[in-house]
Amino acid sequence: MAGNSQEYIAHHLTNLTFGKLPEGYVRHDKNGSETVLTHDTWTMAHTGQEAQDMGFMAIHVDSLGWSLAMGILFAWVFRKVAKNATSDVPGKLQNSVEAVVEFVDGTVKETFHGKNPLIAPLALTIFVWVFLMNSLKWLPVDLVPGIAHAMGLEFFKIVPTADPNGTLGLSLGVFLLIIYYSIKVKGIGGFTRELTLKPFNHPIAIPFNLFLEVLGLLTKPLSLALRLFGNMYAGEVVFILIALLPFYMQWVLNVPWAIFHILVIPLQAFIFMVLTIVYLSQAHEDH
Amino acid sequence: MNMNLTMLGQLIAFAIFVWFCMKFVWPPLTSAMQERVKKIADGLDAANRAERDLELAQEKAISELRESKEKAAEIIEQANKRANQIIDEAKETARAEGDRLVAAAQAEVEQEVNRAKEVLRKQVSELAVAGATKILSKSVDASAHADLLNQLTEEL
Repeated sequence: MAGNSQEYIAHHLTNLTFGKLPEGYVRHDKNGSETVLTHDTWTMAHTGQEAQDMGFMAIHVDSLGWSLAMGILFAWVFRKVAKNATSDVPGKLQNSVEAVVEFVDGTVKETFHGKNPLIAPLALTIFVWVFLMNSLKWLPVDLVPGIAHAMGLEFFKIVPTADPNGTLGLSLGVFLLIIYYSIKVKGIGGFTRELTLKPFNHPIAIPFNLFLEVLGLLTKPLSLALRLFGNMYAGEVVFILIALLPFYMQWVLNVPWAIFHILVIPLQAFIFMVLTIVYLSQAHEDH
Repeated sequence: MNMNLTMLGQLIAFAIFVWFCMKFVWPPLTSAMQERVKKIADGLDAANRAERDLELAQEKAISELRESKEKAAEIIEQANKRANQIIDEAKETARAEGDRLVAAAQAEVEQEVNRAKEVLRKQVSELAVAGATKILSKSVDASAHADLLNQLTEEL
């Protein structure tokens, strides 16, 4: 972890990447030696440059691993409570879980007026999962990467929502649901009409309408993903910058910033959930 | 900021978690909560009903108490009446019995007096006869004059 602050920051913003390096790729090792790959190789990236050169055929092991871990934590806890759910006096855990469920259910009922058994569980999953992934940010920036480094892993970035892949994966799911329900509720004809005859209902305006509507449609998942990513990434960067201060000064900024995230982390999870509900509600509405 | 397969991995994980939540988490939780809502509503209902029942029962108890008091008063009154009646009857009987006894005693006394009179009459007649006999000095035959004597006795 030696090196100047720029290296430190870049290091902390690089994911642990497992991917394919093409044939003939020249790998620069730490000790300066070079190896030329004789064939396509799936391997762990040793440098940020390598991770970049892997292109699309790569996986951020840390992002995906932590997001899966958080998802499984959510599924495990909620399943445990659901299995033992009693209509008598609930225990502490069931009580808190029910509070979350009730909160999500209330939000869904306020926003989404159709009948769809998917929406509420979807919103619950998004809210809790995103919240858990965001909350990884409360861990000290050097803690988990430090442990990973001691175990021989070069890069480690634990917050899946500070990785655009993580948030885009989620919003892509939402996007597919928007398309699916638009077609299911309005039919292909209805959906096409919506895309082409609005806002100007005239044959001449069809290309213009199409351009506007498709743009609007594509903006939904993109804004959803980038809002969450931007907030988490920016927060992360600030934590990393604070970590560059002398250790006895860090708490001055670190503590307020962490406390501020008590607001930011649930809020971003909530916004992601609400916007998902709103978009799906729009997909269900026949104009 | 490398965009890569992580995105698809996340998408698949997302789909799986949502499916899991929809299938195994949401339904039992919401059904338990709804059941509790129903239970609480039922409980409140039952409490209301019980309160109303209690009120009714209290009212009934009060009215029954009043009724029984009335009945008791009636019974006491009847008993008093009956007692008076019995006393009157007893008095009546006693008086009748007394009268009867007095009458019987009087009758007996009268009878005694009559008997005594009879005896006296007989003795007087006998004495008269004896006196007469003594006076006439044996001139009169008792048997010859028996009819006369008997007649005399009856006249007395």
